Parts: sequence; structure tokens; C-alpha cells
Amino acid sequence: MSILSLFVLVPVLTIMGILFTKGLRGARMVSAVGMGIQLVLAAFLVFYYFSVRGAGNLHEMVLTADYTWYPSLNIHYFVGVDGISVSLIALTAIVVFAGIFASWEMESLSREFFITLILLATGVFGFFISLDLFTLFLFYELAVIPMYLLIGIWGSGPKEASAMKLTLMLMGGSALLLVGIFGIYFNSAPDGGQFTFNILEIARVHIPVTAQRFFFPLTFIGFGVLGALFPLHTWSPSGHASAPTAVSMLHAGVLMKLGAYGCFRIAIYLMPEAAKEMAWIFIILTSISVVYGALGAIMQKDLKFVNAYSSVSHVGLILFALLMMNKTAFDGAILQMISHGLMTALFFALIGMIYGRTHTRNIDEMGGLMKVIPFLAVMYMVAGLASLGLPGFSGFVAEMTIFVGAFQHPGIFYRIASILVVSSIVITAVYILRVVGKLLLGPIKQEAHLKIKDATWFEKLSTTTLLIGIAGIGIFPLWLSNTILDSLQPIMDKLAIYLH
Amino acid sequence: MMDFRYILLMRHELLLVLAAIIILIVDLFTSNGKKTNLIKFFLSLFALVMFIGFIPAKSGIIFGGAFHGNPLIGFFKNILNLAVMIIFLQSDGYLRKSENSGKVGEFFVLIILTLVGMDFMISSGDFLTFFIGLETASIPIAGLVAFDRYKRRSAEAGVKLILLSAISSGILLFGLSLIYGATGSIYFSDIAEHITASPLIILGFIFFVSGMGFKISLVPFHLWTADVYEGAPMNITAYLSVVSKGAAAFIFTIIIYKVFKNITGIWETALYTLSILTMTVGNLFALRQDNIKRFLAFSSIAQAGFILLGIMGTGSLGMGSLVYFILIYVFSNLGAFGVASAIYNESGVESISGYNGLYSTNPRLSLVMMLSLFSLAGIPPVAGFFGKFFLFTSAGSQGYFILILIAVLNATVSLYYYLGVVRAMFINKNDNPVPSFRSSNTMRISLLLCGAGLLFIGFVGGIFEYILSISHTLF
Repeated sequence: MSILSLFVLVPVLTIMGILFTKGLRGARMVSAVGMGIQLVLAAFLVFYYFSVRGAGNLHEMVLTADYTWYPSLNIHYFVGVDGISVSLIALTAIVVFAGIFASWEMESLSREFFITLILLATGVFGFFISLDLFTLFLFYELAVIPMYLLIGIWGSGPKEASAMKLTLMLMGGSALLLVGIFGIYFNSAPDGGQFTFNILEIARVHIPVTAQRFFFPLTFIGFGVLGALFPLHTWSPSGHASAPTAVSMLHAGVLMKLGAYGCFRIAIYLMPEAAKEMAWIFIILTSISVVYGALGAIMQKDLKFVNAYSSVSHVGLILFALLMMNKTAFDGAILQMISHGLMTALFFALIGMIYGRTHTRNIDEMGGLMKVIPFLAVMYMVAGLASLGLPGFSGFVAEMTIFVGAFQHPGIFYRIASILVVSSIVITAVYILRVVGKLLLGPIKQEAHLKIKDATWFEKLSTTTLLIGIAGIGIFPLWLSNTILDSLQPIMDKLAIYLH
Repeated sequence: MMDFRYILLMRHELLLVLAAIIILIVDLFTSNGKKTNLIKFFLSLFALVMFIGFIPAKSGIIFGGAFHGNPLIGFFKNILNLAVMIIFLQSDGYLRKSENSGKVGEFFVLIILTLVGMDFMISSGDFLTFFIGLETASIPIAGLVAFDRYKRRSAEAGVKLILLSAISSGILLFGLSLIYGATGSIYFSDIAEHITASPLIILGFIFFVSGMGFKISLVPFHLWTADVYEGAPMNITAYLSVVSKGAAAFIFTIIIYKVFKNITGIWETALYTLSILTMTVGNLFALRQDNIKRFLAFSSIAQAGFILLGIMGTGSLGMGSLVYFILIYVFSNLGAFGVASAIYNESGVESISGYNGLYSTNPRLSLVMMLSLFSLAGIPPVAGFFGKFFLFTSAGSQGYFILILIAVLNATVSLYYYLGVVRAMFINKNDNPVPSFRSSNTMRISLLLCGAGLLFIGFVGGIFEYILSISHTLF
């Protein structure tokens, strides 16, 4: 058995373990242990991956394992990773681990909460290791549907409506995606032979351009909904605002990257010509996502809404970079996936912790928190600075690479779009500094806020884990960047054949 | 000549008739007060019948082509037997009510007799056997629908069903007679050779589809469904929505594949339209239902639309995905009906708003209900996902991508109402929810069976492969 299957097996075993516990204490212990093992496993995977590559294994995917599932339709359980998926798996492991500790005091229906949360994580891990479109789609839906229960049961505010809106929009997206996948499958053998769901095999054949023109937009929009592609982003602010802390973390931090990763690995990689032809449409949409999301964040008073709109903007930037379709931009996009995943998870974790103390998320009702909860406040400030792209943190590395990549595209249209999108950096700085200033500095606005206590040990653990990741990428960017660039090479080779 | 091979080919039908006779006799010699004691015996008797049905048998054609037996048909009869077994297990609580306790024997006999009719129908090799089987199946159902004769709604549903059923049978028979007139034969294999796109045959085909559309409750022939489902006792509704519909869909597919294969272009157009109509209208009406039976009625109409989509695939993939879907549909729909029936027998609640807060008092029932609904909605990792995926694959193999697009968008709409029930059970608050109760052992077994089936069928790739391999025998 491949080590990769453990990434699905461990969460499943954790869920079974939780079934045997009673109450909050048992459930959270088992979850923490399970996801701790998962984190160690992810760290092990990273080193294992380097040693495999170091030993001269130059295959596109390594650690592959292939089991036939439905032979007549050529459906396999086929897993494997390259540098890109390894980094995303590591990201997921960190965010899930931090998420468990961020919901350390989930009192109501705690067992069910942890089970559903880990079920969602199972879907995400499974998605990133899958190289078969069928299993990939299965895990994709598995990652989406628990959101309904997580938001609906444990959420706040207009949770039923937000949960329903989020689920229907995302499942609508996955409906389009399903048609796209069928389109790819039934065009995967243009020269005769058996159809296949195997991504690597499909990458080797050439899907007819006429088919690409029909199925590329379906696939891209299908994944794009989860990547908050304008105008299909509306589930995101309300969903994130209503979701409980750990779910917001996981959703903005990891799930939205599923969309971006899918756009990259399935839509663009397998159907490059249509991607190139239609890029301009989606570049317009993603440019709007980036600028509109940032502008939206300026106007919000609710901390979670600020961060949700900022996620729309940042994930829009990922999709924007992917559509530039050159190596540097791809590299930047993937760096941004990881960087934003850590940052936004940290933001949502901190917002949840601050809300737990002040019982408000309205910026106008808070102030001077630096004086009473210095640890959380400093963390918030660091996350903010990372988010606006301060050198030394991951955000800078990622966005810089994206813009450099975007400017490599010679077309004048692409240049103009890039300039527009770069302007979002300024807007980002405005809304981040505004929130940081109002929230953390100045006088304390409410009497009650004088008495609140700083972070507990599990909150410190949760946030520090994320911060280490952010700073790590900021300080040693090349390590990650080179891994990604190596893995991009086979993809670029394929694109080079069909794009001139 | 009747030799052992014939008996083996007809083992399902013969065993069922035998069981029905035994039940009738035993029931006759039991006094009214003690009839509920017989339930266990009847259940074990039927379980025995079901298990014997699993004995493999060779293919064969007997009675001069009137009766066909092959592994696929045998397998499908086993699915029907299994479904009826689950329904019997779920009927325990209903039959033990004082107003029904005197009618235990009738309940079993009537259901088994309709099942005999279904079995003959799906085995038929000519239109005469087909029609006789269909009628044998239809008439006892009317009795079953009106089983709660002390209730006005139940009696009304029975009358409605028998009237509309008679009309649809008439239409169907008219269609068959036109086809007979045009081709001069009632045997499927003979007719198939003489089918051309002549106006007479197309007219006959349209009447045939209309008649069958009534049995499968396709839009626009679905109008009886919601009323009859609502009026009938819960377990009979389950029977109608699973066994009756499944068998009709199965033989309908066989007939259009075999008999009408020369006019494939025509029936594809017809089914294309009917499929879109059925799933869309079924979905739209399901959105606003509060009665769980009406809700499941419209949901099952929408599911019939998906079944038609799979039939579009033609060939063994179409047949295989259809049978696989129905197998899973048995578990999902009976899981949902089982929970609804357990709750109804215990508390009389049959509205979705009455399910508010169910999870806090009856977590296990809520979980089975959720699994079943997720399966109906086609959400992984529950079995329904695989069932739907293969139906779509089947349609995709013929290039019907627009139809698939409409279907998946419909599936998204359907998610809204399935999640509505989940929301009632898990999220909505209720000051006095359905009280916590322990359902009967047989009910628990049936729900366990459904739950386990839903969780595991999809992961066992061999089941689908087996169905696909026996589907090849048809072509």
C-alpha cells in the first residue's frame, strides 16, 4: 500500500475512534491525536518526497499506487503526488491540525462536530492525492457536502440560509464539473481504445479542440465556483461569516484551493488550447474578483466579512495567475495557494478567538485590544502584514511571483489586466491597516473588554503552527518554489506542444 | 413437457405461489386474535423463498417463447424479492396495530401475488404474458392501497388507482393491438424483425409508452402518483415506489431495446423529452411538499427521469446501469420509507415540519434517513452517487451531454429539498419533537440492512461489474 492512502485512512480511523468516545474531552483528544498523526505523516511525506526526487526519480508523479475499481469503465483508485500536491497536502495537514485546536471548546454536539470536520478533511486529502478523475470527483464532493451540516448546525447568524446557499452553489458548480469530467472521459481516446479517467494518460492524448471548447468552460467554471470566481462568489462572504471558526479556516484556507487546484490540474492542464482561447473571458472575471473583493473588504464592518471578501480577492488572484499560463505565473499561483491558505486560516482562527472574548465581530465596537490581549493582537497584526504582502512573509513571495509572471505575458490586454490587478495591493493595504488600526490600537471602546484574557495554550498552539508556516515560506521561499518549479516542468512541456 | 429445468427457471414464481398458498391456509386456520403471532412465521417463510431464489440457474426459454429466464432477469427478481423482504420487515409495526391485526394474512398474500405478477411480467417473451403479468400485478395493488379501508383517503386512493390503472392498461393494450396488427405477431423476437417506422407502428409505440409511463409515473402521466402515495399505507407506498416502479422500468427497457430496436431514433427522441420533463416537473413539485409521502412521491418521479436518462445509453451499459441504479434505489428509498414509517407508527407524524429536532431524540433514525436522502440526491460516498454516476456515464456514452447537463442541474435542485429534510432533523429546533422511542426489532434489521447497503455497495466494484457482465447476455 502506498503511503498516500494513509492520508485517507488515518482520518477515517479517527472518525471511527471518535464514535467510541463520549463527550467533548474524548472527541477532541482523539481528533487531536489523529490529526497530529496526519501532520507528522505530512512532514514525513515532504521529506520522503525530497529523498525520492533526490535519488533521481524524475517521473511526473511519484509514490503512485493503482488499484482497479470498476474495470469495465476503467475507473481506478489511482494516487500519486508531485511537488505541487505535496505542498498542498502539507498545507491541509497544518490547517486541519490548527482547526482542531481552534475548536477545542466546541460544547454543543462535540462528537458530531469533530466527525463532520474530519470527514471534510478526508475529502480534501483524498482530492489532493487522486490522479483519477472519478476518485477525484468523489473526494471533491465529499469535501463540499459536510459544509452544509457544519454551517447549518454549528454556525451563527443566518446560518440555515448561508449553509443552503453555499451548498447549492458549490454543488451546482460540481454539477457543471461532472459534465466536464464526462466530456474529458469520452474524449480521452480520440484514436480508439478504452476511455480513461487517468489524468496522466489523458494528458498524453490530445482532446479534440472542438470538445475542449465545450468542456473547458464547464470544468473551469465548475471548479471556479469553489474558487469564488466572480460572479459566482456570493456564497463565500455569507458562508464564511456564518461558519464556525474551524470551518471558516478550513474552507477559506484549503477548500477554496481545491477549486484553484482543479482549474489548474484538470481544466488548464488537460485542455490547454481552449484554455488559451478563452483565457481572456476568465481574466476579465478574475480581475473583477480581485479588485471587487478588495473593494468589498474595505466596506465591511464585520471582521469575518472583511476576511471573506479578502479571500475572494486573493483566490481570484490565484485564478488570474493560472490563466496567464506561463511557468512563473503558475509558480506564483501555487505559492499563493499555500501562502493564502495559511494566512487566511490564521485570520479566521484569530477572529474566532477574538469573537469568543468580545462577543462582537463589529470593528466599530472594538478598539485597543493590543492592551488586553497582546498575544492575539500581535498575531493578528502579523497576519495582516503578511496578507498585504510585506517582505519576509509568504504573501510577498507569492504575489511578487504572480505579478512577475503576469507581466511576462506579452499581450497588451494581459498587460492592462495585470496593471489593474496590481492595484489591488494598495487596496489590500488600506483595508488591512484600517482594520488593524481600529481593532488593535486606540482606546478600548467597551468596559467589558478590559477584563478579557489572552490566548490559552491550545489557541497559542493553533496560531503558532500557522505562523511558523507563513514565516517559513517567507524566509526560505526557494525551497518551496524550486519544488514547485520542478513539478511544473512536465506540465509546461505538455503545454508547449499545443501552444505556440 | 415439464421437467426439472423448467421448475428451476420458474423457481421465483413457483415458490412465491407456494408461499402464498401456505400463508392463505395457515391464515385460514388461525383465529382473528392470534394472527399477529403469524408475522414471524410469514417473515421466515418469505426469507426462505428469497434465499432459494439466489440459487443460480441457466438461461432458457420455455412455453414456446412466452417465458424467458436468464441471469439478469433472475438477478432482478432477486432484487425485487429483497425489496419486498425489507418492506415486510418494516410492516411489522403497522400490522400489529389493532385495526390491522385481523388482516395479516391478506397483507402478505396480496403483496406476494403482485410480486408473482411482476415476476411474470419481467420474464415475458411476448406481449400476452407481459400484459397478463402486468394486470396480475396491478389488481392486488389496488386492494393494498385501500388497505386502511376505515380511512377515507386510503379508500379514495384505491379507487383512484384502479380507475386510472384500468384506463392506462386500456391504452397500453390498444397500443399493443396496433403493433400486433402491423406486425402480425405477439412475440418480441418476431415483432422486432418487422418493426419499421410506419405510422401505425409509431402510433402503437406512443400508446405503449403512454401506458408504461403511467406505471413508471413519468410526467405527464404522473398525476395519480402523489394522491395515491399519500392515501396508501406507508409500506404500500414504499412498495409502489420501489418494486412496482422498478419492475415496470426494467421490462420497459427490455422491450424498447429488443422490440423497438429498429426505430431507436424515434424512441430516443421520445425518452429524451420525457426524461427532461419527468425530472424537472418531479423536482419542481417536490420543492414545496411538507407531507413526507407526497415528498417522496415527487422525489421518486424525479428519479424516474434519471432512470430514463440511463436507458438512453442503449446496450449493456444502459441495461446494467439501470439495474444497478434500481438496486441502490431499493436501499435508499426503503431506508427513507422505513424511517418515515417507524415514526408514523409511533407518533402519527408524517409531515416534514414534524421532523424538526428529530436528531436530538432519535439520532439513529435520523442518520439512516440522512444517508437515504443523500443517496437519493447522489452524494458520495453513499451508494446513490455511484448509481447516478453510472446512469450518466451510460447517457454520456451516446453523447447526450446536454441531457446530462440538464440532469445534473436538476440533481442540484433536488438537493435543496433533500437537504430541507436534513435541516428539519438536524438543525431546526423544536419544543416537542417526536419522542424518543425504540422501534421493533424487524424494523431495526431492515434499517440496518438499508444503511449498510448504502454505505458499502458503491465501494464493492464487483457488484456493478457482475451486473454489467450478466447484462451482456441480453444482447
